[in-house]
Amino acid sequence: MVPFKILVAVCLAYVCMLFMVAFAAERRAQRGQIGWLRSPLVYTLSLSIYCTAWTFYGAVGYAARSGLEFVTIYLGPTLVLVGWWWVLRKLVRIGRSQHVTSIADLISARYGKSNVLGVIVTLMSVVAATPYIALQLQSVTLSFGVFASGAPEGWATPDQGATTLWLAGGLTLFTILFGTRNLDANERHHGVVMAIALEAVVKLVALLAVGIFTVWSVAGGFVDVLARIDASPIADWPLAPGRWIGLTFVSAAAVLTLPRMFQVMVVENSDERHLATASWAFPLYLMLMSLFVIPIAVVGLQALPEGANPDLFVLTLPLTQGQGKLAMLAFLGGFSSATSMVIVAAIALATMVSNHVVTPLWLSLRRGGTRAPGDVRGLVLMSRRLSIAGILALGYGYYRLSGGGAALAAIGLISFVGAAQILPCLLGGIFWRGGTGTGAALGLGTGFLVWLYTLYLPSFGTGGLLSETLMTAGPWGIGWLRPQALLGIDTLDPLLHAIFWSLVLNTAGYVLGSLATFPGPVERMQGVAFVNVFDHDPVARGWSRGGAEAEDLLAMSQGILGAEEAQQFFQREAEAQGKAGFLPETTPDFIERLERRLGGAVGAATAHAMIAQFAVGAVVSAQDLMAVASEAQQILEYSTQLEAKSDELARTARQLTEANDKLTELSVQKDAFLSQISHELRTPMTSIRAFSEILMDRDLASDMQQKYAGIIHDETIRLTRLLDDLLDLSVLENRKMKLNIKVANLHDLIDRAVRSASNIRPERDFAIRRDVSSEHMPVVTDTDRLVQVFINLVSNARKYCDAPRAEMTIHARQRKGGIIVDFIDNGSGIAGKAQTVVFEKFTRLTDTARAGGAGLGLAICREIMANLGGTIAYLPGQGGAAFRVTLPIRPGGRSDNADG
Amino acid sequence: MTPPRPPLFLARQSYRRRRMMDAARLWPLVGAFLFFLPILWHTAETPQPDTVWGGLYLFTAWTLLIAGALVLSRILSHSDTREQPGQMSEDEAPGPG
Amino acid sequence: MGRRILLIEDEPHIAEAIRFFLARDGWTVATHDNGLDALEVIRAQEPHVLVLDVMLPGRSGYEILADLRADAGLARLPVLVLSARGQEGERARAEAAGASRFMAKPFANDAILAALRDMAGS
Repeated sequence: MVPFKILVAVCLAYVCMLFMVAFAAERRAQRGQIGWLRSPLVYTLSLSIYCTAWTFYGAVGYAARSGLEFVTIYLGPTLVLVGWWWVLRKLVRIGRSQHVTSIADLISARYGKSNVLGVIVTLMSVVAATPYIALQLQSVTLSFGVFASGAPEGWATPDQGATTLWLAGGLTLFTILFGTRNLDANERHHGVVMAIALEAVVKLVALLAVGIFTVWSVAGGFVDVLARIDASPIADWPLAPGRWIGLTFVSAAAVLTLPRMFQVMVVENSDERHLATASWAFPLYLMLMSLFVIPIAVVGLQALPEGANPDLFVLTLPLTQGQGKLAMLAFLGGFSSATSMVIVAAIALATMVSNHVVTPLWLSLRRGGTRAPGDVRGLVLMSRRLSIAGILALGYGYYRLSGGGAALAAIGLISFVGAAQILPCLLGGIFWRGGTGTGAALGLGTGFLVWLYTLYLPSFGTGGLLSETLMTAGPWGIGWLRPQALLGIDTLDPLLHAIFWSLVLNTAGYVLGSLATFPGPVERMQGVAFVNVFDHDPVARGWSRGGAEAEDLLAMSQGILGAEEAQQFFQREAEAQGKAGFLPETTPDFIERLERRLGGAVGAATAHAMIAQFAVGAVVSAQDLMAVASEAQQILEYSTQLEAKSDELARTARQLTEANDKLTELSVQKDAFLSQISHELRTPMTSIRAFSEILMDRDLASDMQQKYAGIIHDETIRLTRLLDDLLDLSVLENRKMKLNIKVANLHDLIDRAVRSASNIRPERDFAIRRDVSSEHMPVVTDTDRLVQVFINLVSNARKYCDAPRAEMTIHARQRKGGIIVDFIDNGSGIAGKAQTVVFEKFTRLTDTARAGGAGLGLAICREIMANLGGTIAYLPGQGGAAFRVTLPIRPGGRSDNADG
Repeated sequence: MTPPRPPLFLARQSYRRRRMMDAARLWPLVGAFLFFLPILWHTAETPQPDTVWGGLYLFTAWTLLIAGALVLSRILSHSDTREQPGQMSEDEAPGPG
Repeated sequence: MGRRILLIEDEPHIAEAIRFFLARDGWTVATHDNGLDALEVIRAQEPHVLVLDVMLPGRSGYEILADLRADAGLARLPVLVLSARGQEGERARAEAAGASRFMAKPFANDAILAALRDMAGS
C-alpha cells in the first residue's frame, strides 16, 4: 500500500520533472538546438493526447460494460492516420502555408478570414471541451480518491473539491508558463510538446505494465486470459452495426476536429514528413494502448468485488493485488493522460478565444486606437493567460456543478460528436471550392443546435436541463420534435440518433447554404488557396496598395511580436529587398508575409483587420483585394498592357507613316522644284544655244545676225535674273538677309517703286491712284528691299491686269503697331483656289504674257516681308488683284510666319 | 553494347511512386473494409461467444494495417526526398509498358 | 514643196530658232504656241512630222501625245518630243507616252535635223 503522502510527493516530483523537461526543451529551442525536439517520434507521441484519462481509465470501464465496442474509439483515428495522404497531408500543408493557429483560425481563414466563423467554432469548441476537461479533473480526483480510501483514517480524508482545485490550479500554472511563453508566428510550444511526449511514454508504459501484470501475473497467461474472456459477461459480442460504424466515424472526425488534436497535429507540426511516420506509428500506439483493455476488464470483473467501478480497474487491480508501485505507475499514467489533454486543450482553446473573441473585441472597442498599438503583445499574452485560466475554471465549475456523477462518463463521446460538427465545413473547405462562409455558418449552427438539443442537454439526465415531459412528449407536445426521436425515429440509440441528425442537417445546411450564396472575393481566393494548396506554393496575395508606412507597421508589429523579433523580421525583409540598414519597402509581398507572421500570433482574421487599417488607412474592401489578386484581373491587366502596347505600336506606325508621307511629299516637292528650276534654266539656254549655232553660219544675213544676237543677249539677261532670284530666295528663305536699315518717307519709297515699274509694258496705259497726303509717314526698315516688294506688286499689275483701262490704287495708312499699304488693281483678280498658291515658288497664273518671270516674284516678296518683320497677303473681294503689305513701325523681331 | 537509358529508369521510378500514392489513398479503405467486416458476421445473433475471436481478428487486421502503412510511408517519404509531391500530375505518366 | 513639219512650242525664241534652221533645211514649218487647241491644229495641218514641247500652256505635251496615239488617223505620226525638264526618267516617260524620238533642251540643231530626217524617211 502506498501511503497517500508518498503518492502526493511522487505526484509533485513528477510534475516538477515535467516542468524541468518543458523548461529544458524551451531553452534548447531558444538556442536553436531543435534537433530531436522535433523528431517524428516526438510528433507521434504528442498525438497521443488523443488518449486522455477517459481512454486510459475509461476504456477498461467501457470494455467491462460493452465488450469490444470500445475499440471503435481507436479505429477511427487509425483510419484517419493511415489515410493521411487524403486529408492530414493537405491539412498540414494548408496549416503551414497559411500559418494557421487553431482550427477556428483555419475555418475562419478558409471562409474569407471571417471572424464570425472563428467565433462560432471557438464557442462550439469551448462548449464541447468544457465537460471533457471536467472529466479529466474528475478522473484524477477519483484516482486520488482510490488511494485515499485505502488509507488509514485521520490523515487522509482528502477533500475531493480541494484536490480538484489544486489540480486545476497547477495545470493552469503549467499551461500559462509553457503555453504563453512567446507569441511565435509558428505558434509552437517546444516545452509543452516535449512534456506531453514524455507523458505519452509514461501512460503507454503504465498501461502496458498493468496489462502484462494482469495477463501473466493475475491470470495464468495468454491462453488463460482467452478462456477467462470466454467465461466473462462480455464473452458475446453484440455488435450493433450502426453504433460500430457511427462510433468509428465520430472518433475519426474528432481526431481531425478536436481543437487539441488540431493543435498537436497541424499547428505544432514542424515537418510534413513527420506525418508519414505518424501514419503508422500513431496507430501502433493506439493499438498498444487498447491491447490489454479487454484482459484488464475481464480479470478485473472477476478479481474485484461486485460493484467496483470498472472505470478504475487499471488502478484498483494492481492495488488489490498488493502492487503499490505498479498502481503508482498506473496512477501516473492516468495523471499524464489527464494533464496532457488539459494542457493542450487549454492552449488550443485559449488561442482560439484570444484570437477570435478577445483581441477582435478589443480592437473594435478601440477603433482607431490600433495606430498606437504599443501593448497589443501584452494584450494578446494577457488574454491568452486569462483564457487558459478561464477555460480551466469552466472545467472546474462544470465538475463542481455536475457533482462528478456518472453523467460525466458519457461525456467523452458527446464531446466527440460536438467536435465532429466542424467536419463538414472543414472537409468541404479543403476539397470543395464552392463552400461559402454562409454555408459554413449555417451548417455549423444547425449541427451545433441539433447536437445541443439531441445529445448535450439530454445528457444531464431526465429532469436535468430538459424536463421529462419534453423528453417523452416533445416540446409543446409535438411528438416528432422529441430530442431523442426526431421525426418520430425512435429506433436509433440516442447517441447514434444525435450523430445521424446533427451531421446530416449540418452537411445539408452547409451544402445548401454554399449553393445558395455567393462567396465574397476573399473567400474565393482562400478557397482556391486551400483546395489547390498542392498546386502552387504561394497562397492568395492580398495587399496591393502601398499605403502602409513601414514605420507604422514596424510599430504595430513590435507591439505584437515583441520589439526584437519584429525588428529582426523587418531587417531580414529589408535585406531581402536589397535595402539592408533601412526599412523595407511596403511591397504587397512584404505586407502579405507580415500579415502571416502576425496571423501566427493573433490569428488570420485579426491580423488581416490590423493590417487593413494600415494598408489603406481604412478597412480594405474585399473588392479591392479581388481587383488586385484575382487571376482575372491579372489577365485583364496583361491584356490592357498588350492593348496599350499595340496602341503605342499603332501610334508609332502612324507617326512613321506620317513622317514617311512628309518625306515623300518633301521629296516630291523637291523633285518638282528641281524640275522647275531645270526647266527655267534650260529654256533660255536652249534659245541661246540654238541661236549661237545659227550664228556660227557665216552665210547669215547681217540683219539676222543682229536680231539673233539680240535674242541671245535678252535670254542671257533672263538667265542671269533667274539665277539672281534663286540666290536671293535662297538667302531670304534661310533668314540670312542682311538688313540695311534706314529711315525714309513711305511716300518717296512708293514713288521710287512706281517709277521703276513704269518700264514694264510701257506701251500700255496704266493709271495709278494714290492719296499722296496719307503716304507721308516715316518707315524704319531696309528701304531697298521694301521698294523691291512694291516694284514687284506694281509690275505684276502692269503685266497681268486684264482690265481695258488698267488702273491701280495704292492706299497707305498707319494703324497701331503697323504700317499698311494696299495695292489694288481693277482686273479680274486671282481666282479663289489660286490665292493660296500665289506666293509659292514658280507659280505662274497666266501664260499669256511671259514677260520673263520665272514665277518667283511673289515668293521673293513674301520672304522679304518675313525678313523685315512684316507680312504680305492677298486681299480677296476687292474687285481686282489686291495685296496688302504690313510693316512694323520699327524693325523688331523677324516674323517667322512665312513657311519658307 | 547498350547505352544506359536513364529516362526510362526515371519514368519507371515516378510511375512506381504514383502507384504507391494510389496505394496510400486506398489503404484506409482497406482498413475500413477490415474493420467493418465483422458486421457481416451478425455476432449478436450467433449463440457462441465471439469476443475472443473478434478481438483476435481485429488486432490482427490492425497490425496488418499498421505494417502496410509503415511500408507505404517509408516508400513515399523516401522518394519524397527526390521529388516534390506537388509536381506530380495524376495518372498521365508514361508507364514502361 | 518640202515635207511639212508642225512645231508646237510656247517659247517664242526657241520656236523661232527651230523654225529658222528647219526652213533652211527645206522643211515647210508651221508653228503653234499652246496645248489647248494643239490637236485641232495637228489635224488641220496634217504634218509629216510633229515636234512637240512638253511644258505647254493649257495642256502638257504628254496629254496631247496620248490623244494622238488614241486617234486612228494620227497614231502613226512621227513625233519628236522636246523637254527642258532634264531629269532622269523623262525620256522613258516620253517613249512610254508614244514619242518616236526624245531630245532634251538645250539641243544641238544638227541633232534635231538628223532626227527629223531620219523620222521622215522611215
